[in-house]
Amino acid sequence: MTNEKHVKEPLFHITRRTDIKPLAAWGIRLIAVVAALIVSALVIVTITNYNPIEVYAKMIEGSFGSERKFFILLQNTAMLLCVSLAVTPAFKMKFWNLGAEGQVLVGGLASAACMFYAKDSLPSWLLIIIMLVTSILSGIIWGVLPAVFKAIWRTNESLFTLMMNYVAMQLVSFFIMVWVPNGSSVMGVLNQKSESGWLPVVFGQKYGLNIIIVALLTVVMFIYLHFSKQGYEISVVGESENTARYVGINVKKVIIRTMVISGAICGLAGFLLVSGTNHTISKELAGGMGFTAIMVSWLAKFEPVMMIFTSMFIVFLQKGAGEIATAFRLNESVSDILTGIIIFFIIGSEFFINYKINMRSKSKGAE
Amino acid sequence: MKKLFALLLAVVMLMGLAACGSKNTEEKKTEEGIKVGLICLHDENSTYDNNFIQALKEVQEELGLKDDQVLIKTNVDESDACYNAAAELVDAGCDIIFADSFGHESFMIQAAKEFPEVQFCHATGTKSQTEGLDNFHNAFAAIYQGRYLAGVAAGMKLNEMIEKGTITADKAVIGYVGAFDYAEVVSGMTSFFLGARSICPTATMKVTYTNSWFDIAKEKESALNLINSGCVLISQHADSEGAPKACEEKGVPNVAYNISTISMGPNTALISSKIDWSVYFKLAIEAVMNGKEIPTDYCGTMAEGAVKLTELNEKAAAAGTQEKLDEVQAKLESGELKVFDTKTFTVGGKELTTYTADVVDEGDFVPETEAIENGEFAESVKRSAPYFDIKYIDGISAL
Repeated sequence: MTNEKHVKEPLFHITRRTDIKPLAAWGIRLIAVVAALIVSALVIVTITNYNPIEVYAKMIEGSFGSERKFFILLQNTAMLLCVSLAVTPAFKMKFWNLGAEGQVLVGGLASAACMFYAKDSLPSWLLIIIMLVTSILSGIIWGVLPAVFKAIWRTNESLFTLMMNYVAMQLVSFFIMVWVPNGSSVMGVLNQKSESGWLPVVFGQKYGLNIIIVALLTVVMFIYLHFSKQGYEISVVGESENTARYVGINVKKVIIRTMVISGAICGLAGFLLVSGTNHTISKELAGGMGFTAIMVSWLAKFEPVMMIFTSMFIVFLQKGAGEIATAFRLNESVSDILTGIIIFFIIGSEFFINYKINMRSKSKGAE
Repeated sequence: MKKLFALLLAVVMLMGLAACGSKNTEEKKTEEGIKVGLICLHDENSTYDNNFIQALKEVQEELGLKDDQVLIKTNVDESDACYNAAAELVDAGCDIIFADSFGHESFMIQAAKEFPEVQFCHATGTKSQTEGLDNFHNAFAAIYQGRYLAGVAAGMKLNEMIEKGTITADKAVIGYVGAFDYAEVVSGMTSFFLGARSICPTATMKVTYTNSWFDIAKEKESALNLINSGCVLISQHADSEGAPKACEEKGVPNVAYNISTISMGPNTALISSKIDWSVYFKLAIEAVMNGKEIPTDYCGTMAEGAVKLTELNEKAAAAGTQEKLDEVQAKLESGELKVFDTKTFTVGGKELTTYTADVVDEGDFVPETEAIENGEFAESVKRSAPYFDIKYIDGISAL
């Protein structure tokens, strides 16, 4: 399939679109969602015999069914968004940071360690500041190690960051073993009685601070990527390292600096998960968010503001899946299938946004 | 673009409003009758969680409750997600909420403090006695009785292998796949071993841990490692089908836990011990229905039907196993036979006359309670969750 004209023209050929209007792009995405819902409806009817409309209604209820559910949606979105914001500058630079999971985990571990050792010997506000700093530092260490190796010795960052995840997981297991000598491997809630090191409740919302911090972070990241010199440097390095070098950008410095930022935000996410959400630590703290964040970031084309919607959408699907499982007594695998179909269509729609299929001779412009 | 954001936001808010509007109708439903919630760490694919889910469905049928009166939340992590799941169940009108995993406990306590009008029952936990909350309860069962009895079936099989000349008496080595070296696992493996050795006196046991409650690949790998190192019969305390399937592949007899594994290993699965949670579910739910108190820390026994063995696989088991099982079960139920009778085992070559166990869970991990009473280790008497954590009695060793 090429653009060259041969004697025999193929049935269709694919060309790259360069001039698609935002409205048309959103039209294609909307068609994809509708198509996904129709296919999912067919699946629901075939395997469960439930009314698909009822199933979709329950799905919406999972996120918007009550004030509590809505705030859980916001909280989960904030956490996923935070990790997505963390990986974005690195991905924009084409540095494949697959280690967000581990960076979040060590950040969380640092916070948990502070809570475990300090107990209530320090004022809570001071402990929170110490936790914040140590978490961010830990995240930075986990992020910057692969970056330094990449910048100096050209090691493969995907493998390096990925393997650091396992080191982080083992570290968490190790510390839980040390802190909980009975072998149950369950940390339990830290400082449950004194609530020392717990982020305070704001505006009557347990997750209030988490949501506010991530909202601010989104704005800062938007400004950083679009209106700062460093953000511009990231884009240039991402487009072409040679160009960057030619115009006098210190590529090594940019790689390391960007991964410091990426790691720091992951560390912050770890802090928010321990101090503001779970108040405990386990290997499942990040719960796969380090990887889901990559999808969130890509789907939003590395746009921090768009990521609010993509992360909320992913969380909405997850919450909906759980709600369906409970309401209809379906195994969660069924709802996972639905989530899979919807995401498949949405990612697939990006193809039709970026490329155009040209049919042979007369009929042109089919989508 | 801006218009689109505005549109999307509007849709989101509309959905929120519409949902809030329907809230009132949901609240009315609760007046019709009791509502029960169950929080599970995994779903039906885990034998452990499935055991809870099936038991609750049984009780639902028995008590004539409708599907919307029994809400089951699966795949709930041992994190803030557990608290949220409990709170959502309270919002949905649940009067009593169960949780099935050890790590759910702190979060159930958090919910119990916030919703004093709702009963929270946590299986396998240790804190109900120290927390002092009226609406927070623990439950477990004397599963060591079931493990012992399953061990008897294993001992019969070992004896058969020795008689047939498949192995010599000194090669009667059992392999045990444990999740963690935690008291619950240690207590289970020891009682299983004591049961097996009561029938096959030359039996010994090797133990290995997966460091996970549910990991199909690791459990399978661990079972294969044990088989390769000479174990001729495998049992496990981990929640997946990994070990039973490995045994079926290798043709090694297996004794399972939680559910019957005959369908996974038609030629090798002997029998399983299990806790029948329906006994506790029924007791607790009926207590709420009748306005009675739920025990703070409940331990079901074999005599009450809370501990059971699943169907014996006649094809794989040794001849005469069922008769032997019936005989031993009667003795266990009457109290004539004590599983942890200190005369039946030694630690470091000596009989155990005193042992301080960590029974009162104050988060300090300091043992404080004398557990040897009347010539036996009094397991699950002072607290429902097991506290026999002696690693190991003579005859058991780590792989």
